[in-house]
Amino acid sequence: MAEEKGEKYSVDLIQAIEQEQMRRDLPDFRPGDTVKVHVKVKEGNRERIQVFEGAVIRRRGGGMGSTFTVRRISYGVAVERTFPLHSPAIGDIEVVRRGRVRRARLYYLRDRVGKSARIKERR
Amino acid sequence: MSKGILGKKLGMTQIFSETGKAIPVTVIEAGPCIVLQKKVPNQDGYSAIQIGFEEIRESLVNKPLKGHFQKAHVKPLRYIREVRTGDVDNYQVGQEIKADIFTPGELVDITGISKGKGFAGSIKRHGFHRGPMKHGSKYHRGSGSLAAKGPARVFKGRRLPGHMGAERVTIQNLEVVRVDAERNLLIIKGAVPGTRRSLLVVKSAVKGK
Repeated sequence: MAEEKGEKYSVDLIQAIEQEQMRRDLPDFRPGDTVKVHVKVKEGNRERIQVFEGAVIRRRGGGMGSTFTVRRISYGVAVERTFPLHSPAIGDIEVVRRGRVRRARLYYLRDRVGKSARIKERR
Repeated sequence: MSKGILGKKLGMTQIFSETGKAIPVTVIEAGPCIVLQKKVPNQDGYSAIQIGFEEIRESLVNKPLKGHFQKAHVKPLRYIREVRTGDVDNYQVGQEIKADIFTPGELVDITGISKGKGFAGSIKRHGFHRGPMKHGSKYHRGSGSLAAKGPARVFKGRRLPGHMGAERVTIQNLEVVRVDAERNLLIIKGAVPGTRRSLLVVKSAVKGK
């Protein structure tokens, strides 16, 4: 039973619950990288996997609540999707290409099209 | 049958459901509680169980209470509360109540002492509107008119600034998301009154379906 060291104990328990839920199987990726996100989509009682490929423009948060945003141009329309990093709905993340960028949030890509919207590859 | 347990709020986090939805949850360290006394109708006029939570040093308990604990053959406990229940016969004095009296999906009512806000204005306390902050306005966050002129007095119950929070609050129909009897944890969907480490009473929902 938590008694004298009540405070420390409780924070540890919350972290323990979060740790159990966290995904450690996902690769390391950064803003600027091009990734393929395998999203599990439920249709009725059938489950299939949909791939969403694009550039990571943002990673935010730490721990359980962290999310990342992927931007892609699909049929001429820009689509941005934000995924919870630790969501069980994410099957897998593949890093297709590593990009060299100079900031953490690539919002400037929204104002750019074509050639200027490219990201240099990181070697 | 209605049942209850005492617990401590540990804090909030989020967990994912099987469908991949993120659920905001409160983690409660619930129990183990010990039945200290049974209240029965023909002796006490109502039926309830008295339960205690969290062991403490003997030096923290006064003599009358010490006797009360000795009667139930248990170590001194910090919190003692009563839970009204019809099936007193199913409990024995000294029996341990753990978090697994609840099952995931069940609805519960949770009572605690809300966070104190001190002396709060009518905007924070009652959700009044604020006046313009600019354009020559001198009416910013004040209470405004208190009543009509005719009665020449202010009616009782007028909502005014005053002390807010630090009161007993019950949130009804919260869903139990997960139960962990080994670590004495209850994981509840949504927010719960009070600060971290404050005492909570978790009871089965009065109004639930």
